[in-house]
Amino acid sequence: MIEWIAFIALILGALFVLVSAIGLLRLPDLFMRMHATTKTTSLGITLMLIGVIVSFPTWTVVLKGLLIIAFTFLTSPLGAHMISKAGHLLGIKKWDRYIRDDLSDR
Amino acid sequence: MILLGAKIALFILIASFFLIMVRLLKGPSLPDRVISLDLLAFVALGIILLNMIITGEEEYLDIVIVISLVIFIATVAIAKYLTKGGKND
Repeated sequence: MIEWIAFIALILGALFVLVSAIGLLRLPDLFMRMHATTKTTSLGITLMLIGVIVSFPTWTVVLKGLLIIAFTFLTSPLGAHMISKAGHLLGIKKWDRYIRDDLSDR
Repeated sequence: MILLGAKIALFILIASFFLIMVRLLKGPSLPDRVISLDLLAFVALGIILLNMIITGEEEYLDIVIVISLVIFIATVAIAKYLTKGGKND
């Protein structure tokens, strides 16, 4: 049972990272690419760490794994926010089919 | 069963590594390359986790902690460099 949980968690986490790589390659704009990379990688690393925690059931591994999960969920949106603000201030060329853009005049 | 899952996940991560390298070489602007490097660091982190399962040594988790700290600091530093020190906060 525990082996099956670790198996499914590892493969699902790797598939989330693959989905974010495909999104990074295929989407047309910096902001859409960032939307693809940020969310899915935090979930993918979380699933892989759950697989590691399940397969190494000692206290140090569990504590360090929970620490890495908490830190990833705290810092990944913050870094994405900083990069997207830098891209907007640099005047990155946006996709030409947006319906509305609230920051177009700033 | 865990070992088989780790090997399959390793193949998936290596395939995503090549897809990210295409965007890193092709990326039209500098922030595109920055988010490509960010995702590449996450792929390296996943490969270290899978290597920890395959070899069975617990000490690899310290490397994962250090990489997850360095990713954040590098991203914030490059963003501050691109906006010339953050005069528009």
